[in-house]
Amino acid sequence: MTKRPIRFYQVGSFAVGNRLLSEGDRTVQSDPSRTNSIDSGHRACQGCGEALGARYALDAAMRATNNQLVAVNATGCLEVFSTPYPETSWRIAWLHSLFGNAPAVATGVAAALRVKGHTEVRVVSQGGDGGTVDIGFGSLSGMFERNDDVLYICYDNEGYMNTGVQRSGATPPAARTATTDVVGPQPGNAFGQGKDLARIAMAHDLAYVATATVADLHDLEAKVERAMQFRGARYLHVLVPCPLGWGTASSETIHVARLAKETGMFPVFEAEFGVVTSVSKIRHPTPVEEYLKVQKRFAHLFGKNPRPEMVAHLQELANRNIERYGLLDRAEPASGVVSGEEPA
Amino acid sequence: MLRQIEGSRAVAETVALCRPEVVCAYPISPQTHIIEAVGVMVKEGRLSPCEFINVESEFAAMSVAIGASATGARAYTATASQGLLYMMEAVYNAAGLGLPIVMTLANRAIGAPINIWNDHSDAMAVRDSGWIQLFAETNQEAADLHVQAFRLAEELSVPVMVCMDGFILTHAVEGVDLLDQATVDAFLPPYDPRQVLDPANPVSIGAMVGPEAFMEVRYLAHLRQLDALHRIPAIAEEFFETTGRRSGGLVRPYRTEGADTIVVAMGSVLGTIKDAVDIRREAGEKIGVVGITSFRPFPSLEVREALRHATQIVVLEKAFSIGHGGVLATDVAMALQGTPCVIREVVAGLGGRPITRQSLVKLFYRASQGELGSLLFLDLEHDVVDREVSRMRATRRSGPSAENVLRDLGATRGEGALS
Repeated sequence: MTKRPIRFYQVGSFAVGNRLLSEGDRTVQSDPSRTNSIDSGHRACQGCGEALGARYALDAAMRATNNQLVAVNATGCLEVFSTPYPETSWRIAWLHSLFGNAPAVATGVAAALRVKGHTEVRVVSQGGDGGTVDIGFGSLSGMFERNDDVLYICYDNEGYMNTGVQRSGATPPAARTATTDVVGPQPGNAFGQGKDLARIAMAHDLAYVATATVADLHDLEAKVERAMQFRGARYLHVLVPCPLGWGTASSETIHVARLAKETGMFPVFEAEFGVVTSVSKIRHPTPVEEYLKVQKRFAHLFGKNPRPEMVAHLQELANRNIERYGLLDRAEPASGVVSGEEPA
Repeated sequence: MLRQIEGSRAVAETVALCRPEVVCAYPISPQTHIIEAVGVMVKEGRLSPCEFINVESEFAAMSVAIGASATGARAYTATASQGLLYMMEAVYNAAGLGLPIVMTLANRAIGAPINIWNDHSDAMAVRDSGWIQLFAETNQEAADLHVQAFRLAEELSVPVMVCMDGFILTHAVEGVDLLDQATVDAFLPPYDPRQVLDPANPVSIGAMVGPEAFMEVRYLAHLRQLDALHRIPAIAEEFFETTGRRSGGLVRPYRTEGADTIVVAMGSVLGTIKDAVDIRREAGEKIGVVGITSFRPFPSLEVREALRHATQIVVLEKAFSIGHGGVLATDVAMALQGTPCVIREVVAGLGGRPITRQSLVKLFYRASQGELGSLLFLDLEHDVVDREVSRMRATRRSGPSAENVLRDLGATRGEGALS
């Protein structure tokens, strides 16, 4: 579907090298005449996954809409680091209202554009996982249910990072945050499994739902482009590692995002009208341990008092993803990864 | 055209004449009839172009209005009570962003205990939000104020809330002279936004503002409200010239000439107060009333001018600040600083308690005899309160007060206790 047929990979990574592609197949970012929706000089941390993801997503959306785009932003890192008064990084029409209402504000923008006959102008609403799966959840579900003509993009870094790394409904099991230390015997997230909003979005029978990571930016751009081919409510969930909150080196953002996908912890797929239409297969089956060990938020699973049962639990969750979405080719058995289960 | 019409319907018809382009709706009594009637007009094509958005909450209703207004559309919604509180964060946000949304507030009490009837607690809860708050005395004024509200909001880029008493006005059928489209079109030019989301000319709206500029942005909002103190009477005057009808303005005195005692109030209760004032005037008492139409901005100078020759001011209001006293009375006291006027606060009509002419006549008589204390709760059932107070003193687990009070009322009035 949205996959590009070309597969050149640079040595030692899976990143597609723009230089190896024809110009038409290169990323929007490699185009010197790209919009630069989020200009340089903003205050994001070094290695911020969200800044990277948002830049690619919005520039791709700008190209897909012939620069006829309005963006609505929930409160959160992206809003704060992009508009330190009196500066703004936004070179597109951009509105921030509140933490929990970005989908409804976008509904209002779309309604105003429709009533004024500006149907060529499209609307993107965006927020972090807190603004999406927690405080903005009712508003988002309402926007989905009304099928308003809005692409909602969630940049998921699995916690409230702007306020100092607190637990959100998207925080995975066992991940250590400032607010999970206090609620259980173990330092990690004591409950839940991370609210799976992509599946909840699919349950609303949206025209288009997709997930992506900042490890595959071609894929992210392609999904934004695909999303813009539909009218009505659409949802894109992008995993964006947070060096601060995850306890990873700034240089590791892409690598960690790739491990999330390669371990099956974060399934990358797209769905149309509630049916999965494509998945990004795991290329190098990897035990979740490799994903967890590079992040300080999971360090307590491997320290003086290791918790192999929690690692096993996380592996089970990854296996369930692998099975649910068919992330492994049958031809590539995941020896030692799927713990004896044959993927569907 | 004079029509015998329900207040909600009159407001809906008038709002439609204002050509709102985005109307968002979430049901809550007693505003529901307004939004339903607007919806029917959208469906029938009488209001076109207009997007009618059914939202999943009041919070979303105001948020949709924010998005629409920031995109250059004239946006309208209506709410009441709990709904207003549920959208509170967005109410402040709309004002902070300077978006000229118009909202009808069908005034209603706030729970708990849950109560759907009229008082002004909801409007008082958002007093400091930065919205202009206009109070209608009659359904005619409620309808007219909406036309003036859109004009005022859009001139100043400030949202305006038209407050009308829930049920007492919204559900009352009476004669209302509805305007025609040509008159409204002549009075209300198309919305020309000060700021708009436009891909051809991109701006950032809603940026983070730190300590270096927040006070200035807030002060500018205050200045716009001070501007409104000039624009509200000017717009009301222009409305009078266009329609021949006195609606709106800042304050409205009635029989205050030579008055020793002046009553101050807002909303529909002014009608009953005027009747009671007439009765007391006939009895020879020097009493008058000043109705306040513009609660925010508060017209301190006009209030002072209207009241300063009286010796006693009775502020009768349908809300109060628990643990303190009157809210409107505090503003009136501020306006009267340095004058010898004595202020009597009267809290009345909470949760829909009828404010009868009889009670008011008695109240005004007592006022004339100098019998009023500084704070009085009109028609409060003291025996019921006393029973609950002694119950709470006697028993630690005395139970929920609301249910106890209802049970006591049933017992004392022979209506059978709640079981």
